[in-house]
Amino acid sequence: MSDRVTLTIDGQEITVPAGTTLLEAAAQLDIEVPVICYHDATTSNGLCRVCVVDVNNGRLLQAACVTACANGGKVETRNERVERSRRTILEMLNSAVDLHQAPAIQTLMTDYNADPTRFPDAERREHALLDDNPFYMRDYSQCVLCWRCVQVCAEDAQYTFALTFGGRGFDTHIATAFDIPMPESPCVFCGQCVGVCPTGALKPKIQWGMEQGMTPDEIRQSTRRPRRRREETEEG
Amino acid sequence: MVVAPMLSPDHTVRTTCPYCGVGCQMNLHIKDDVIYRVSAPFDSAPNYGNLCVKGRFGLDFTTHPRRLKTPLIRNGGPGEFREATWDEALNLVAEKLTQIIRESGGDSFATYACAKATNEDNYVFQKWVRAVLKTNNVDHCARLCHAGSVTGLQLAIGSSAMSNSIAEMEHLDTFIVTGSNTTETHPVISLFLKRAVRQNGAKLIVIDPRQIELTDFATLWLRQKPGTDVAIFQAMAHVIVAEKLYNEEFIGRRTEDFNEYIESLEKFTPEWAEGISGVPAVQIRQAARMYAQAERAAFYWGMGISQSTHGTDNALALTNLALLTGHIGKPGTGLNPLRGQNNVQGCSDSGGLPNVFTAYQKITDPAILHKFETAWHTALSPDPGLTVTEMVDGALLGKIRAMVVMGENPLMSEPNLAHARHAMEHLDFTVCIDIFMNETSELADVILPSASFAEKDGTFTNSDRRVQRVRQALPSVGESRPDWQIICEIATRMENLLGVEHSAGFAYPDTEAIWEEMRFLTPDFYGITYERLEREGGVHWPCPALDHPGTPYLFEDNFPRGRGKFWSLEYGTDSELPDTEYPYHLTTGRVLFHWHGGTMTRPSKLNEIFPEPILEMHPDDAHTLELVSGDWVEVTSRRGSVVCRVMVTGRSPVGTVFLPFHFVEAAANLLTLDKIDPRAKIPDFKMAAVRLRKADTPIREGAEIAFDERGTIKDPTTYVH
Repeated sequence: MSDRVTLTIDGQEITVPAGTTLLEAAAQLDIEVPVICYHDATTSNGLCRVCVVDVNNGRLLQAACVTACANGGKVETRNERVERSRRTILEMLNSAVDLHQAPAIQTLMTDYNADPTRFPDAERREHALLDDNPFYMRDYSQCVLCWRCVQVCAEDAQYTFALTFGGRGFDTHIATAFDIPMPESPCVFCGQCVGVCPTGALKPKIQWGMEQGMTPDEIRQSTRRPRRRREETEEG
Repeated sequence: MVVAPMLSPDHTVRTTCPYCGVGCQMNLHIKDDVIYRVSAPFDSAPNYGNLCVKGRFGLDFTTHPRRLKTPLIRNGGPGEFREATWDEALNLVAEKLTQIIRESGGDSFATYACAKATNEDNYVFQKWVRAVLKTNNVDHCARLCHAGSVTGLQLAIGSSAMSNSIAEMEHLDTFIVTGSNTTETHPVISLFLKRAVRQNGAKLIVIDPRQIELTDFATLWLRQKPGTDVAIFQAMAHVIVAEKLYNEEFIGRRTEDFNEYIESLEKFTPEWAEGISGVPAVQIRQAARMYAQAERAAFYWGMGISQSTHGTDNALALTNLALLTGHIGKPGTGLNPLRGQNNVQGCSDSGGLPNVFTAYQKITDPAILHKFETAWHTALSPDPGLTVTEMVDGALLGKIRAMVVMGENPLMSEPNLAHARHAMEHLDFTVCIDIFMNETSELADVILPSASFAEKDGTFTNSDRRVQRVRQALPSVGESRPDWQIICEIATRMENLLGVEHSAGFAYPDTEAIWEEMRFLTPDFYGITYERLEREGGVHWPCPALDHPGTPYLFEDNFPRGRGKFWSLEYGTDSELPDTEYPYHLTTGRVLFHWHGGTMTRPSKLNEIFPEPILEMHPDDAHTLELVSGDWVEVTSRRGSVVCRVMVTGRSPVGTVFLPFHFVEAAANLLTLDKIDPRAKIPDFKMAAVRLRKADTPIREGAEIAFDERGTIKDPTTYVH
């Protein structure tokens, strides 16, 4: 029996194979734990902390996506402590990142009564829109640094390793090596990164063009003109 | 910056990718009848959320302004057409074809079924050809890609399909990839192969002359001289026999002709093979041991094996190795030819071949013939028809008077294009059914505009025999119609003109009705229904009953021909080899960003990233010829000559140059020769002798732009993965 563990989640008892994460066990009980950086197809890193849950009323909340179920555990997925923690995380995220095209996170903001104006003086992560290839746009002002794009570019799917991290601390951002344009990188334009992006940071160029009010023919005829676009961005 | 709201779709439609044979499942996000985003369901085989650049970003061809919108009738010389109504065009086609039947009989037709169209389109097509045109002259481009594999596998085990599923790849133990640049030709399959290596410690052996990306993941890379594959495989078999690494139990139970076979192997020592192939004997021994001693081992191969004058021998040599070791009929083993086109498996399965009905039911079998004669209310020809390569020669000899081409572009894909064009110019009447004007339809008398994959319903069958739905997501473009409807219209009109009493049946209300007819005539498909596909996403055939789960891997208990047969092989080649006049070896193939004749990818953003053909050349050869990357070079064979830029790269071995065949401005098939494998009738696309010389910059769109500003054309061997 040592390969199975029994615990209670929100008062319901469940027995799962050892190694099952709290997130997976909760899902089996149809208890939804909110996530931002977590994705079924990528390795979990417990980055965003929005999935934190209360385990045995311990000193620290645990990230459900990376914490394994322990025998006899008593887990609460949404008590006051958890709520406050999630609310603060969402407010801090919103203070630095443009989340207007992240509907799932917006829904969480509402659900947790997050105050979008709580940190009015916070420094924002501002990045110029990157348009360096025919297929997708990169707007890292909308990036929540979930790592999913880097992971699917690497060992979680494509094994291409075109994406990595640039900068340190607050300046950390997703980048190519030496910030070279995508066509000069090993990128094969599979778009797995676009497929897992939880915000509007990565999107197909056709979608971006249509959002800007361009017609399909205008999008088709648009070629890469990095210099002109840089000027536009500066003006905007 | 403008803060725009996130675009939300009018609707999303789940369908199957129209590019390669992986058969990725995708959701098309549609706004104002434009596909603005393509996503992939993470919970569905075969791709589990992954796509490649063509599927994710290369579907913009569907709404390209150059799509054909009305029927066109030739009005002057080649390429000159006038618009016509459907009635006028269909009547003209029906009358002309009927007249030719009356004058010369059905065998004066050559017809191309389509590896890109649905199973339903192809079933109706071959039914029309057989039941109304009264000929079995129906074939398609599978002849040009996997005929060598099909013929070899049929001879040795009696079935030519990929024996194991894509889903098993992750759990491979040892596997050999040969003659397949999988990361570019089957990108999503390559992800599972890479994962098998990186996550599960599987051992990969690459046997390929080119330094393809998978060599970065390989435990062992055997870099043979082009065309010497049989020598390597025979020598591996020699080692397995000499070191007694074979599976006696399996051989005794499941195979025949083993004793003759091992005698025939005696002379094929690794040292002999080293002399032929340039691969060190020690590496051949290593590869043989790794393959034979693995718990589970599989072969994956592509055009490098098949497209050869000895393509059949190549496939037989691989099959011999699988039979010798018993690496077949179990999960994670098998013989897996990776199919090139989205529905090349399905087109063959649907009867788009000159010798078989659906699911390879032989026309020469009287009982089968009778079954179809009864179902279609008409007498059918019991004689196998012509293959694609024979059709071209038939046209030249006057034996073929008319050609009907559905969605193919033989004047890009046939070998020795000048010869093929000359032959097609001899035809009395040519009909093309396509979504774009292409090199072939320019020669047509009538062009009928058809629906793309996004504008019609039906099914595709992918490389691992998984039947999956195609669903209409966009309205038809102009007056275009789905291929099956076009064929039904022609067939009905011809039956009327011919005074047929009892129609073979071309009044289908929808594609499901066509599939229902197919499955009732095809025991292997009987258990697959649209309702089931809706529920399960896809079913692997053979699936003989409604409660049968489908067959993800084949040959568990026996082979279709009974016992697997060992084939003794001789080493030799009929290929054109380099000589003093034409000193370089030319090999052809695909690149990631383009698709076959380019009909779909060149009118796409894909063309922006890879806008022109490039000739890959080893640095030593470039040095000899005083060429650097970006220089223009003239490539000349005994058949023709093309001009393109050169890219200097270690990907090519010394003495060998590589040219992709997607680009009409330097059509690789002007250079290739129409020499064929005697059994499979597949041309030798990978072997031609050429000479090279520096050329002047041609007058051509984009020629003035510097090479390093042309998209992402770059030397992939310079990356470290």
